[in-house]
Amino acid sequence: MTAPTAPAAPADLLYSEAEEELRAAVRSLLADRCDAKGILARAETGRPHDPALWHTLAVGIGAAGLLVPEKLGGQGAGHREAAVVLEELGRAVAPVPYLTSAVLATEILLACDTAEAAPLLAELASGRTVCAPAVPLTLAPGARLPAPVRDSGGGILTGTVTAVADAAAADVLLVLADTGLYAVRAGEAGVTPLVPLDLTRPLATVTLEAAPGTRLADPATARAAVAGALLSAAGLLASEQVGLAEWCLTETVGHVKGRYQFNRPVGSFQALKHRLARLWLDVASARAAARAAADALATGAPDAPLTVAVAQAYCSGVAVRAAEECVQLHGGIGMTWEHPAHLYLKRAKADSLALGTAGHHRGLVADFAELPAP
Amino acid sequence: MTADAAPTTPDALRARTRELLAAHPPAGTGRTEFLRARFDAGLAWVHYPEGLGGLGAPRSLQAVVDAELEAAGAPDNDPRRIGIGLGMAAPTILAYGTEEQKRRFLRPLWVGEEVWCQLFSEPGAGSDLAALATRAVLDEAAGEWTVDGQKVWTSSAHNARWGILVARTDPALPKHQGITYFLCDMHDPGVEVRPLRQITGEAEFNEVFLTGVRIPDTHRLGAVGQGWAVARTTLMNERVSIGGMRIPREGGMIAPVAAAWRERPELRTHALHQRLLELWVEAEVARLTGERLRQQLVAGQPGPEGSGMKLAFARLNQEISGLEVELLGEEGLLYEDWTMRRPEIVDFTGRDAGYRYLRAKGNSIEGGTSEILLNIVAERVLGLPPEPRDDKDLAWKDLSR
Ligand SMILES: Cc1cc2nc3c(=O)[nH]c(=O)nc-3n(C[C@H](O)[C@H](O)[C@H](O)COP(=O)(O)OP(=O)(O)OC[C@H]3O[C@@H](n4cnc5c(N)ncnc54)[C@H](O)[C@@H]3O)c2cc1C
Repeated sequence: MTAPTAPAAPADLLYSEAEEELRAAVRSLLADRCDAKGILARAETGRPHDPALWHTLAVGIGAAGLLVPEKLGGQGAGHREAAVVLEELGRAVAPVPYLTSAVLATEILLACDTAEAAPLLAELASGRTVCAPAVPLTLAPGARLPAPVRDSGGGILTGTVTAVADAAAADVLLVLADTGLYAVRAGEAGVTPLVPLDLTRPLATVTLEAAPGTRLADPATARAAVAGALLSAAGLLASEQVGLAEWCLTETVGHVKGRYQFNRPVGSFQALKHRLARLWLDVASARAAARAAADALATGAPDAPLTVAVAQAYCSGVAVRAAEECVQLHGGIGMTWEHPAHLYLKRAKADSLALGTAGHHRGLVADFAELPAP
Repeated sequence: MTADAAPTTPDALRARTRELLAAHPPAGTGRTEFLRARFDAGLAWVHYPEGLGGLGAPRSLQAVVDAELEAAGAPDNDPRRIGIGLGMAAPTILAYGTEEQKRRFLRPLWVGEEVWCQLFSEPGAGSDLAALATRAVLDEAAGEWTVDGQKVWTSSAHNARWGILVARTDPALPKHQGITYFLCDMHDPGVEVRPLRQITGEAEFNEVFLTGVRIPDTHRLGAVGQGWAVARTTLMNERVSIGGMRIPREGGMIAPVAAAWRERPELRTHALHQRLLELWVEAEVARLTGERLRQQLVAGQPGPEGSGMKLAFARLNQEISGLEVELLGEEGLLYEDWTMRRPEIVDFTGRDAGYRYLRAKGNSIEGGTSEILLNIVAERVLGLPPEPRDDKDLAWKDLSR
């Protein structure tokens, strides 16, 4: 018996020149407008999102519409480019609803492919409207989709969804109900902020009490669209994790070079050098895995679900370890509220639960690679 | 062959390969004869200079030639059998050899008529190779060196015709400065090769005793006292010779475990399943990392990932083969054969799980230990400071041993 051993064509794992240009634009925007101090100050006000930053990223750079074809109002790029944006957002733990609005919601609407969904899709692509899918952030590709929301007839929706990411920033919520997919204006829903572990990606409980929704798709289409979008989002989340891990590694290497104890830079001690060298190798490997996932999604490769599961099973752990090493090797300063390390640790840990844990994705690998459980 | 400028485009190389195949049809040509003709046509390693088996073409174009030859069923030179010659001796001779040395050694090396071994490690000098003690003394009148000392862990010395050898030519200098690099004739009187049985039961490597071995000065590589720089070229090539290959998914050590898992449901447990999946994922990620490195090389932007690949594969091979023995249950308690043999190559796939488990232990020692490679990544890739050391300026003879 042969498992899915042969990827159709070798994935392109490098970055194109255009992708590097996009990266440079996003990185320079974030360098100017998204520093750790500002992120933290915002988080403490309870309104972590930065709408002005989002506007420049989404409208100025056009990042919100990368996944959307030009004829539907987008940039007509693809997953490889969106992955580059996410790497940079991960490096900066930027408090913007990219993963939710520009990836997850956008992919759902794209897959609905209905006349009702098209105008909303164009709004998302233009960056003028932010949309949060009302599903728990932990919902994973391959998992059973919940249907806690009931339609009492004519799109009047009732139900509660917990742990919804970026709902507070959303103009529109995408609601999966028993009768299909609905768009609900944020004002029609109750959005109750929760206290999130990750200060930079806020969570809320969304409560619908006879809220009117606009129907975008029938139940079968809706469920397939959500399942497909979860796969894309999980695959692209790996790139966010790579960017985050890379920042942690670079920052830590910089710190141990300059920090002296015992009359030597602490980075000259072999115990630390070996830890950091191993981490470097893990980050380099995570990059290859994340690139493979982005490329498989972009090309619609038949083994994309396996490639995404591999990337998620691997990159989550690397990001968490990079952030944990960052805290540890900074010593006392790494434990403080002022130093940005904690923002990265919180994002990394939350990311490791988002869109399926590594364990869940290993279970998917077992299915796709035909390595069944006992 | 045409006397035009060297072909360096895919089409030109394809044409040249077809010319070779037409002049020497593989079916009616002896293996050695064909390989010699291929070398002479510059299609052995196309990035080598003309006249030395190459055409000065980009390295990436070798794939074009190889594909044509494979399709035609042409014999190859069995790179695994002559790995040390191809991966280490050849690039060093190319970089430091005289014209005469290049012409004398590269062709039989590539064709596989002359197998090479690496006489570097010594009982007192492994990771700290520059501490080596084997002495070479020049007899100026005869234009010959006399070499005395002992080498160890020398893979393939029993099959080798030539050895790359480092020896100390000035003990009064600091250790890195008093070393000279030689090409040693393994058939010379005074060279004695004794098998060293290893953990697997077989003797892949050897002890080599050098007693009054006479090496002509014309077999010195590089200047007297410059052997360390030459040896570094060898070592760098040793480490990068891995990585550039394209391997299929489930192509490495994970293959037999995955196959056993699929074919023998009675062996499955939940705990083993978790470990298998973790390792399957890591093997797939290592494959992708290697592929990314290969793509970087082809695009002319080599990344530092190469330094890490040997580390990754060593660890994976060890963990995967360990899991495999455990998975096999009772069978894992058995071993195929402890008879001492002297194999020509290391063959992981043709052997059973116990052998794989034991042989993989060498992956983190041979060609530089994982600890040394981690030091290299930390210092050269991450730029972390070296550890303070006091051995660099002391004369070799005054070092503690
Ligand atoms: C299968 C096999 C084939 C081989 N073939 C050849 C061959 O063909 N030719 C040849 O010349 N050699 C060969 N070798 C030798 C190999 O290159 C050496 O074994 C290796 O470089 C380590 O040297 P050593 O054995 O002296 O160990 P040591 O250098 O004594 O090391 C002992 C331990 O200390 C660690 N250590 C040493 N220095 C440091 C440091 N600075 N920091 C942290 N840890 C350190 C090592 O990692 C190791 O774990 C082969 C070895 C094996 C296993």
